[in-house]
Amino acid sequence: MIEEPRAEVALRQLKFRDPDTARRLVRTLERVTKEIGRSPVSVMHVCGSHEQAISKFGLRATFPKDLNVIMGPGCPVCITDMPEVDEGVALARQGCVIASYGDMLRVRGTALSLNDAQAEGATVEVVYSATQAVELAREMPDREVVFFATGFETTAVATAAIVRSELPKNFSVLSAHKYIPPAMEIVAEMPETRVEGFLAAGHAATITGWGIFEPFVERHRIPVVVAGFEPLDILAGLARLVELVRDETPTVVNMFPRCVTKEGNLRAQEELWSVFRPIGGRWRGIAHVPKGNLRLRDEWAHVDARRRFTIDLAALWDGVPPALAADCVCGDIMSGISTPTDCKLFGRECVPDAPVGACMVSSEGACRIWHQYGGHPNLEAL
Amino acid sequence: MCLGVPGRVVSVREGFAEVDFWGVRREVCLDIVDEPVAPGDYILNHVGFAIRRIPAEDIAQTLALYETLLAEAPSNDLMVADVRGEISATGKR
Repeated sequence: MIEEPRAEVALRQLKFRDPDTARRLVRTLERVTKEIGRSPVSVMHVCGSHEQAISKFGLRATFPKDLNVIMGPGCPVCITDMPEVDEGVALARQGCVIASYGDMLRVRGTALSLNDAQAEGATVEVVYSATQAVELAREMPDREVVFFATGFETTAVATAAIVRSELPKNFSVLSAHKYIPPAMEIVAEMPETRVEGFLAAGHAATITGWGIFEPFVERHRIPVVVAGFEPLDILAGLARLVELVRDETPTVVNMFPRCVTKEGNLRAQEELWSVFRPIGGRWRGIAHVPKGNLRLRDEWAHVDARRRFTIDLAALWDGVPPALAADCVCGDIMSGISTPTDCKLFGRECVPDAPVGACMVSSEGACRIWHQYGGHPNLEAL
Repeated sequence: MCLGVPGRVVSVREGFAEVDFWGVRREVCLDIVDEPVAPGDYILNHVGFAIRRIPAEDIAQTLALYETLLAEAPSNDLMVADVRGEISATGKR
């Protein structure tokens, strides 16, 4: 085992947070935005991790006032559609053990969340990794364990890996996995959003490679910059993106070369597409996204919870949806038309402990992040 | 769930690695990582799976990219901004 002095490691990591470089990048971003000569210049990121870093490090306050950085549909929990949550809730009520990532427990379906189902006596377990869901099935051989799998392609590869491994017979997968590239197409075509450039998520691109964005750029003539998640990664990514907007150069630029290559992780892609096939489906608050949902292929029917069980949704749909949800603007927030503070429920009826909309549920949702970190603090007022 | 975290590999055994994340140690599955990993390597972890071995030389490449971006600004401009900032700050007092 190689031991490296901790301080040295820390120093290298801090290079991606160096305040001096950050200030210089902020000035570059400001200068280039100004050179475009109009306002606002609107760009969109499509990743909860980007919004996390932007809010946590207070970056939004350093953005030029003429630059509008929109959070797109980048939170997999938020865009999981109500009927998908309903399927999980119905299976829990039918006696299955539901294992899922923590954020999924509080997001409501048409009537109930998995938390509600648990309160009623169903067994719902939080797992950190797909491998833990399999372990759970081994520990409970007398119960049917359903892994309610959510997340984008980055998370779907982990599900794919376990589906291909040796599994206990009482284990199955309910896939609500989503695929980001088709959703970018939808958002790019929304007339009210007017996105001039995309900051693509570095993790998803680690799997798919940056080459996947080339046809998109070709079709929509909008630049894409792949960026990482440290403060400097984001500032540098935005600065480069705004340069491309200024120069009217629709191209793909990789600003995260320490993790992203042109072809991506081929081994992971092979696992992903051998297990999943893309189908069209609704993304909550966004639209119907052609090829936006990942479902298990026919050869994995024996581990597909949708094939193994008859899921009775009708019993759930007798319940009336809560009236508050009608005022929720989560869909507009994820399409870049509104910000969390535009919502009249934000911070009042809708808070992290009692969320109305999905964006307040997940730690990657825009409302939750803004509620925690203040979103866009007005530093001049301090 | 979607947060990817870089960590340093401590040891490797059949299909799994023990990885140090700023002092927290966790077992990470190596089923889908792009390259073989060894103790001392950095990996990008996502929901308990390594999705990338981060080569040390690529870290330097990212840092070099920042410099390219910054170099495109006229070099005296940054200094001028600093000086102006200081002057306007003193002027307020």
